Amino acid sequence: MSKQINVALIGNPNTGKTSVFNSLTGLNQKVGNYPGITVEKKQGVCKLPRGVKAHIIDLPGTYSLNASSLDESVVIELLLNKNDKDFPDVAVVVSDVENLKRNLLLFTQIKDLEIPTILVINMADRMRYKGISLDIDHLEERLNTRVALISTRKNEGIDHLKNLITNYKDISVTPCLDTSEIDKEYFDNLRKAFPNQLVYKLWLVITQDVNFGKIDRNEIDAIANFKTKSKADLKRLQQKETIKRYQFINSVLKNGQTIDASQAKDLRTKLDRVLTHKVWGYFIFFIILLTIFQAIYDWSSVPMDFIDSIFASLSEWVKDTLPSGVFTNLLAEGIIPGLGGIVIFIPQIAFLFLFISVLEESGYMSRVVFLMDRIMRRFGLSGKSVVPLISGTACAIPAIMATRNIESWKERLITILVTPFTTCSARLPVYLIIISLVIPEGRFFGLGYQALTLMLLYLIGFGAAIISAYILNKILKIKSKTFFVIEMPNYKLPLFKNVVLTVVEKTKSFVFGAGKIILAISILLWVLASYGPGPEFNDAEAIVKKEYASQNLSEDELQRKISSQKLEYSFIGITGRAIEPAIRPLGYDWKIGIAIVSSFAAREVFVGTLATIYSVGSDEEETIKNRMAGEVNPILGGPLFTFASGVSLLLFYAFAMQCMSTLAIVKRETNSWKWPTLQLIIMSSFAYVVALLAFQLLK
Amino acid sequence: MQITIAHLKRGERGIITDVSSIHIPLKLLEMGCLPGNYVELVQLAPFKDPMYLNINGTHLAIRKETASHILIDKIEL
Repeated sequence: MSKQINVALIGNPNTGKTSVFNSLTGLNQKVGNYPGITVEKKQGVCKLPRGVKAHIIDLPGTYSLNASSLDESVVIELLLNKNDKDFPDVAVVVSDVENLKRNLLLFTQIKDLEIPTILVINMADRMRYKGISLDIDHLEERLNTRVALISTRKNEGIDHLKNLITNYKDISVTPCLDTSEIDKEYFDNLRKAFPNQLVYKLWLVITQDVNFGKIDRNEIDAIANFKTKSKADLKRLQQKETIKRYQFINSVLKNGQTIDASQAKDLRTKLDRVLTHKVWGYFIFFIILLTIFQAIYDWSSVPMDFIDSIFASLSEWVKDTLPSGVFTNLLAEGIIPGLGGIVIFIPQIAFLFLFISVLEESGYMSRVVFLMDRIMRRFGLSGKSVVPLISGTACAIPAIMATRNIESWKERLITILVTPFTTCSARLPVYLIIISLVIPEGRFFGLGYQALTLMLLYLIGFGAAIISAYILNKILKIKSKTFFVIEMPNYKLPLFKNVVLTVVEKTKSFVFGAGKIILAISILLWVLASYGPGPEFNDAEAIVKKEYASQNLSEDELQRKISSQKLEYSFIGITGRAIEPAIRPLGYDWKIGIAIVSSFAAREVFVGTLATIYSVGSDEEETIKNRMAGEVNPILGGPLFTFASGVSLLLFYAFAMQCMSTLAIVKRETNSWKWPTLQLIIMSSFAYVVALLAFQLLK
Repeated sequence: MQITIAHLKRGERGIITDVSSIHIPLKLLEMGCLPGNYVELVQLAPFKDPMYLNINGTHLAIRKETASHILIDKIEL
């Protein structure tokens, strides 16, 4: 057999679907987006017995085929479109042994689409603790399919699953539910009107609000004519369908599954008694956050210093080794320092993603949602807004996409608008370098001042998000039904493999995504800083020599004067000095101004930009931090980065909307330019005012 | 007065009798919130809202407002 098998992995959230995907594909996977939308598309290749290959697509988690979000509609769109190149030859429904009943609902729906459907029962290792026993033969007979009992944690049953996939053609496609049980007359009419179509498929098309772009146009028109039921009637039928399906499932499980409750050792109850407690729950949440920040700061400082010094010596080495010329200068003064400015932050970003993925994998995040819902509602948010606000500490882009499961549009919109206030990992580089320059070392009750400052900045970002949500909630006049359903999954020890894959994947995309921009900007900046238009630049050497002819300057000092004269009259210097009046009151010089402007592409560019600007013309091997510490305020004298200007800069970055990608995502998710434009203007002007006040009060 | 999930105290149980109200999202039904199924109140957040429930073996949290639309018969312990 030469054709590869298309396999779709489908399942409820929290069933370990991703673990099954990882077990099947290993590292043979790639993550992309569905065309036109920002839903993550995960695909991979799996080698099956007898040399057969399977192309596996990991569909977004969903509770049923009744889509209520963009992510879920991806599932149904694929399953209804036979012409899609990813249309599955076989569907694999992943279920969790403890929630088999609920998981089977989705299974019966998919089987009714007449696609061969294998049932995977995952987390078999937990059966013993829960007193569950299963009669697999009975389940296979009643569900009319093949069942694979597996444990991704213990790596058991995967080979059996691979065998079942290889032999998918043996699986029956008889539906589970007879649609005429729901409403005989209605479905009989439907069958008569479209004799060539699968009735259940038509029913899904009728009841879904999703856009089925690829389904035959005539079909949809005809259906539009046929639509004789009101919305309320349709919903009643959907309810009836759900009830019928559960009746079927109950009858299957009655003989297929036995649960001896006395055997169950309930970790959930014990943990929940503490973790969702009125007082202890919040206390523990706070301690967890505190630990994360302290860890990010302390654990990553060693590898960061190491990376910083490596890049500094690399620059030096390039200068010494390569023949001097334009290319060498570009490499040593533009590209290497620019890249160094991003690579240095890999340790922190990896730690951050590590913590976030552990919180989500363990099931703890849902408890936080539960604890926070009431409080968040007071600010016009939902408990589910906590997830975007927390994952916003990694990056606002996935965070804004994570708002999709918020049911109320108003709560969702407010969450989208305020999420960019949370301290994303791109701000981290800026914070870290400025904190290390202006905040003294030293400890307070065992916590470093610098770590506390970082924690404070995160709290400020979170506070700004909450307060602006409160204001938006009062201003926005949107009526939308609010309801809220969240599953409280079992506690699980996060799988090492899953966590590592997430951290590697996210860090990689952070570094390469930002790396491209930074590389481009550092080349541009280097060119702009190395060339200038007028005689002040081109004859810099002569001018400086003449000016200082009377003083006895050493060769070194003279060289430094020449370099700074050149930088000042280069293209970038001219631009920088043009915008300087606007930022002078905030305590910044024109170099910081350039860095701020260039960081509108992405915040982390700030450090790379300063690194590039400062390194042009400097000969010594120096780390980014040392260069910044050595900068002198052109007017006041003394170091440029003082407590006042540092705090002002920190606050500016805390509030300003400086990320084009986030604006693009907000546009896409709200489907209008109105919201991102407002975000840009309001956040940035607020940042300016706060930074201004801070510098003027502290200087 | 009809008893709803919103009236349950921590640890109390009931059997769902009616969910036909338009206030109940389909998603909740699909998660097992259907007539005949049992429901147990596992935990309450401060101000008794949201409510952490065990419905037919599925653990989930809903707001009190939604819970007040799900009618039950209380099981006396």
